[in-house]
Amino acid sequence: MAEPLLELNGLSKSFGALKACDGVDLTLLPGEIHALIGPNGAGKSTLIAQVAGWLRPDAGAISLLGQPAVHLSVAARARRGLGRTFQISSLASEFSALGNVRLALQARERGAFGFWSPVRKDRRLREEALAVLARVGLEERAEVPVTTLSHGERRLLEVALALALRPKLLLLDEPMAGLGPEGTRALTAFLRTLKAEAGILLVEHDMDAVFALADRISVLVYGRIIASGPPEEIRRSAAVREAYLGDAA
Amino acid sequence: MTNGLSREQVVNGSLLALLLAAPLIAAALDEPFYVSLATRVAILALAGVGLNLALGYGGMVSFGHAAFFGLGGYVAGIAAFHAFEESAFLTWPFTIGGSDQLLVVWTVTALVVALVALAIGAVSLRTSGVYFIMITLAFAQMIYYLAISLPTYGGEDGLSIYLRNQLPMGDSAEPLTFFFVCYGLLLLALFVSARLVASRFGAALQCARMNEVRLATLGIAPFPVKLTAFVLSAVITGIAGALFADLNGFVGPSMLSWHRSGEIMIFVILGGVGRLFGPLAGAALFILLESFVGGFTDRWQLILGAVLLAVVLFARGGLIGLLAGKLRHG
Repeated sequence: MAEPLLELNGLSKSFGALKACDGVDLTLLPGEIHALIGPNGAGKSTLIAQVAGWLRPDAGAISLLGQPAVHLSVAARARRGLGRTFQISSLASEFSALGNVRLALQARERGAFGFWSPVRKDRRLREEALAVLARVGLEERAEVPVTTLSHGERRLLEVALALALRPKLLLLDEPMAGLGPEGTRALTAFLRTLKAEAGILLVEHDMDAVFALADRISVLVYGRIIASGPPEEIRRSAAVREAYLGDAA
Repeated sequence: MTNGLSREQVVNGSLLALLLAAPLIAAALDEPFYVSLATRVAILALAGVGLNLALGYGGMVSFGHAAFFGLGGYVAGIAAFHAFEESAFLTWPFTIGGSDQLLVVWTVTALVVALVALAIGAVSLRTSGVYFIMITLAFAQMIYYLAISLPTYGGEDGLSIYLRNQLPMGDSAEPLTFFFVCYGLLLLALFVSARLVASRFGAALQCARMNEVRLATLGIAPFPVKLTAFVLSAVITGIAGALFADLNGFVGPSMLSWHRSGEIMIFVILGGVGRLFGPLAGAALFILLESFVGGFTDRWQLILGAVLLAVVLFARGGLIGLLAGKLRHG
């Protein structure tokens, strides 16, 4: 078996008496889309925050590309190859789309170092940024300030920023949220082409997208993974139906 | 607007030209008071340029920049004091005497302020928002009371600088020469700021202001970026403080007081937060109000308050925003 891109072992996090994350084991393998689903309040956000580095788990281990990562900062995890998108778009709002991608590219190269040359005059950086924007179809909107981009365009820019890091794995937090059927279809197709490049841990509420994309699905309920397996198995699982799909249907 | 100068560049250039012309005309008319007034504008603008780097571009609302301004002033004052007395500042483990050389004073100011800012920043930047404002204020107050408790250096009364610190060439005691020194340093600080803001570092710093979460997610830790900007900002303001002490021939605890922090903040807000020339416009307006309205009435700060209120409510880009229009981002 290939070495997992991401491995969670017995990850636990409590807030007071609430066990938001209760001994979660999960792996993400190269070339796969692993979907994480669960009803509201299941602890998905807490899990994501721990993987990305915003929350320190109470117990358990996280390894990124085979290396322990629990002690790493958010920025260090990003440099290791973890790209992510946010449920609610989180961008440098006063920059243009291009400015945002440029920042992602410079982060990959040498971070904030470079105190003298104007970053806008760096032609190579600009071309590379335009190429990244082109991948998500935003090259025409490169110079537009983020504040005037549509909701859907911002969602795509989030994906572009993650891609600009040349990530080994992607953590996508409800990328389809608010996209509409057309946008969801397009993004679904795009993500399918992406998984060869980077494994994807997909947290998504859109069940059609999840079942169309995922190689494996894990179901999180009350901080525990109650089922994990290929989509067909999850669809048939009685426990899952009861806990989740039942009240969605 | 792709060819030629943008409106903002024209406004900026005019401000610089005006500030240069004023003392020249004043000197020609033999009005040394106005030369010294223009020098004040240049120095206070320089202090504002420093704060603007932290506040305007980095979003760090430091209410303690008087600490750096005053430290610069005390370096100038203490160096001159020991040079005048021919005594030593430190005799153990090695001897450090005074100095009456501006270049020495500036170098020492930069080092001292950088160290203090590093310490203050390293603690303060772990907080944000109103806590950051309060903690920077608290540090500045600590240094203020430290200065008061030093009888050797005048305590509450401050310290007079009998002979202005010297240049390697030219006579710094000559008002116009000293103006040129201050003006030159202001130009340098503006140029360095402009380069910094447009650089990779500047992009990261501005992203830290807009969205720290995003910056970290891209793999750039916000803390070192902000700390670096905070230290640079403090050093610029510190150099301004050293010049201010030399201009007035005096340094006292008032240079370290929170009123002073507020004033520097007012320059930035009045002129336009995050606008390169904002502090210059703000400091100029402040000094004009202080000198001319202050000539009519002691309550000139009432007018200042009204102007500040108007700017905050109706002209978010400050004076520069009013004159040059909205900021365009790329």
